[in-house]
Amino acid sequence: MDLFAVILVEILYSIASLILISAGLAVVFGMMKVINLAHGEFMMLGGYATIVAVNQGINVFIAMLVIAPITVGLIGLVVERLVIRHLYGRLVDTMLATWGISLLFIGLATMIFGNTTTGISTPISGFPVGAYQINGYNFFIILVAMVLVLGLYIVLKLTRLGLIARGAMQRADMSAALGYSPSRIYMATFFCGAALSGLAGAVLAPLVGLVPTSGGAYIAKAFITVIAGGPSLISGLASSAGLFGVTSQVFAFSISPMAGEIALLVAAVVLLRLMPQGITGRFFKGKV
Amino acid sequence: MQNRFGRDAFALLVTAGVLVWLTPLVISTYTLTVLIVYGMLALSLGLIWGYGGILCFGQAAFFGLGAYTYAIAAINIGESTLPMLLAIVVPFVFAMMLGAMMFYGRLGDVYVGVITLVVTLILFRFINSTAGPQFVLGKARLGGFNGIPGFQTLNVPGSPDSYIWGDGLYYFAAAALVVVLLLVSWLLASPFGRIAVGIRENETRMALMGYDVSARKTLLFALGAAIAGLAGALFANWAEIVTPSLFSLGQSAEIIIWCIAGGLGTRSGPIIGAAALAYLKFLLGQQTLVDNTVIMGLILVLFVLFLPKGIVPAVVSGWTMLFGRRGAGKAAALRRNRAGRGAVNHG
Amino acid sequence: MIVNRRQLLAGTSALAAAGLVRPAFAAGDTIKVGSILDTSGIFDAYGKPMDMALRLAVKEINAAGGLLGKQLEVIAYDTQSDMALYTQYGQQLTRQDKVDVVHGGILSASREAIRQTMRKTRTPYFYNVLYEGGVCDRNIFINGVTPAQQVEALVPYAMGKSGKKVYILAADYNYGQITARWIQKFVTDNGGEVVGMDFLPLDVSDFGATIAKVQTAAPDLVIAPLVGGAHLSFFRQWAAAGMKDKIALASTTLGVGNEHKVLTAEEGDGIMVAYNYSQDLETPANADFKGRWAEEYGDANAIHEIAVSNYQGVHTWAEAVRKAGTTERGALIEAMESGIAIDGPSGRIAVDPNTHHAVLDVHIMEFENQKMKVIETLTQRQPIDTQSVCDLSANPDDNTQYEIQI
Repeated sequence: MDLFAVILVEILYSIASLILISAGLAVVFGMMKVINLAHGEFMMLGGYATIVAVNQGINVFIAMLVIAPITVGLIGLVVERLVIRHLYGRLVDTMLATWGISLLFIGLATMIFGNTTTGISTPISGFPVGAYQINGYNFFIILVAMVLVLGLYIVLKLTRLGLIARGAMQRADMSAALGYSPSRIYMATFFCGAALSGLAGAVLAPLVGLVPTSGGAYIAKAFITVIAGGPSLISGLASSAGLFGVTSQVFAFSISPMAGEIALLVAAVVLLRLMPQGITGRFFKGKV
Repeated sequence: MQNRFGRDAFALLVTAGVLVWLTPLVISTYTLTVLIVYGMLALSLGLIWGYGGILCFGQAAFFGLGAYTYAIAAINIGESTLPMLLAIVVPFVFAMMLGAMMFYGRLGDVYVGVITLVVTLILFRFINSTAGPQFVLGKARLGGFNGIPGFQTLNVPGSPDSYIWGDGLYYFAAAALVVVLLLVSWLLASPFGRIAVGIRENETRMALMGYDVSARKTLLFALGAAIAGLAGALFANWAEIVTPSLFSLGQSAEIIIWCIAGGLGTRSGPIIGAAALAYLKFLLGQQTLVDNTVIMGLILVLFVLFLPKGIVPAVVSGWTMLFGRRGAGKAAALRRNRAGRGAVNHG
Repeated sequence: MIVNRRQLLAGTSALAAAGLVRPAFAAGDTIKVGSILDTSGIFDAYGKPMDMALRLAVKEINAAGGLLGKQLEVIAYDTQSDMALYTQYGQQLTRQDKVDVVHGGILSASREAIRQTMRKTRTPYFYNVLYEGGVCDRNIFINGVTPAQQVEALVPYAMGKSGKKVYILAADYNYGQITARWIQKFVTDNGGEVVGMDFLPLDVSDFGATIAKVQTAAPDLVIAPLVGGAHLSFFRQWAAAGMKDKIALASTTLGVGNEHKVLTAEEGDGIMVAYNYSQDLETPANADFKGRWAEEYGDANAIHEIAVSNYQGVHTWAEAVRKAGTTERGALIEAMESGIAIDGPSGRIAVDPNTHHAVLDVHIMEFENQKMKVIETLTQRQPIDTQSVCDLSANPDDNTQYEIQI
């Protein structure tokens, strides 16, 4: 029974972390059709922002939930104005440019912070469940992911801002005709996407050692989750993260963590072969 | 058309001969060999992407497959000829199967990219975890993270003790690249090649015209994989070790960057892009002033913003701009064409 | 024809780019010391201090007048934690730069990547890192601790403090695989039982499922030969899950890159290790060494086990060169086999002539307040694991790494 609880928590955690690391990419790709290959590096920057803030004495939760997203959001804004703005509509070129930006950030982070693994301890301690110990921080991450999904849903579905954003996403020309500046919308969207990436990186930083190249580990999983999710932002993200999270953890527990990773990837291939438009290309069509 | 290919081939051979003879005076043959290998690898992607419109995010998978196939076969067989051939065949077959799965399922561009990316990741993760003693193919231990060192390198067919290495390997690799380029040029000039370009331009129209689009895409994809496999085998001979990093995402991304920086849609573009960028990375790695990733990143971004078509087309258009009046322009070319002095080839 | 011109243009631009030719090295009377280490990437915590140690050693030798009247020159390459670059730069050092000796390699994978090249080009190779033992090769000299010196002492001590049931978590490559089998052997030799064994690729940094699995097996002790920056997260996540007080922890690699300073005291206290060196060794030799390091680099905190091994390796080589009177390979090897020993920061290091491995002191230690507290010292341990399979005086052409069979 206890083991079941542990496995359940691990599965929820896996889904939650997939949602977290993919949210920023989903917003940018879903809304602007920009493949932001620097997404992993935004996460890394969020982690470093948190560490710097904590080392300055700021409370770790404020650093993670407030400072990191805003910092990375601003960095994303600069990137968008300088580079991405010129490349809308050119899918391949944005891929290449954002890859260049990711290399740039890795190099700059190496020069500023050095390569040695820095870190901060997890602020929440573990606690026992029967005979087992559970990492308390996992619950925090699950909580953050749920709040995030809920928040995104509320903003997109129930606010005017969300309406404008969805409109621009579906028909940019019509939104422009109705008087909403697409470039302002894209700017704001990219800011939000970058901020989400920063938040994810900040929240995950206490768990894993942060090095300038940490971003690379996330980009592939995020990319796969977003594409497999399909056109709908939230339902797509939730469904693909759910599917992959469960698959990978089941295999990780029954065979080995490596088998879990490979199972996730194989599931992605099978899914894309069967549903080339992503999950929400077939199911949950029309939902946000 | 045959005539055009003939002239093309002659020009290619002459230029290649000059380059192969001259460049060792400036760069060591050791470095040049790996630049040639990367050039061939970039050409493989340039073929399927620039001319076939297939964005493969996992060309490194075939590169790694070729290298590993060569290493494992060389350890088991002990002589290099058959392993070299296997290194071309195995990626070809694998790509055939993968391509059939993707193209017969009518998958669009981005999804082809994602699936090839995922396949590369699967291969990488799998090979990376094979360090245990139970992962053995014949006499060869897969080695996981350590890779496979110490296999038989290229030798003269029939005599396993006469190695082809150093300068010899350089000339062999250069010859291989020239042969591959010739074959690719011939392919592109043939009906198959022109239909492939048509598929890239408008797949629906070609399908409606009656061509079996899926089969052709699969075959082109497999041919690209075979070339990448050959590049992999040559790399294995040069490095004398094969490691899982050959399958890595970073390697795949680099190949794409080489193609784009060099110029997609041309044959020489990817090769030049690969050689130039790889050499630049090698030089940068030897200094510690500025982190080399910063420079590579900057170069990439600047390229995309200012030279989106790549080096070769930019250079060509610059050249024609400068020397346009001398008869390299289209009008002059048409005149020459009509005068029967031979076709002008922009491919 | 345009084609011809364009190809020619491509060719000339390639030649122009190639104008960035590597600068020729200063010719003349220097002895070239080649160094090939990861000073960037995920293994740089190991590589950077090793590089600093080598340069300090070279500087000291040069200040004392050099070797055989010539100054030493360091030719160093950064392999950026990429195994394939090891082969590349290894070839470069031996075939292009033609160095007289190579001190390099960190992970066992990197050692195996260049060992054959060193043999083929007849360049003496010094691998100054702790490893899994068993390499039998006349061209190489290894001065790091091996399982018989390290693991054999650590396991009974750790089991004595915790219990008989052991779980092994190892890095998934040759070092981890072989060391795990050695741990298995010593656990069973001491009456214990291995209840689980997991191998984790070097880039894995999420250990949630692993920690849950370990809990299911309910061991008394976890021994973790984990390697590199990503694996450090295991120790963080272990402490975060509250496991520190439930199950004892030991490692054959943690601390080699000064990880005990990167982990907090709560995360590190009580972890058991055994090495040849500790910054907290209270000997005059160590104090003197730390002083010289601080003078050169400003802060002695970066010194770690394999940095000291590298330092001692360079000085051992220098001693052999003086004894042989030449850097020529044959004479050098004979000098090394003639019973050479030096006194380094970690004590006396002697070269075992039959295996080319080192006889040295091993200290059993525990992490305490981000330091490595010495519990027990075992002096001048012989490399009996390699000695039992390797005899270079009987088989000088041996070129194998012997692996323990279970």
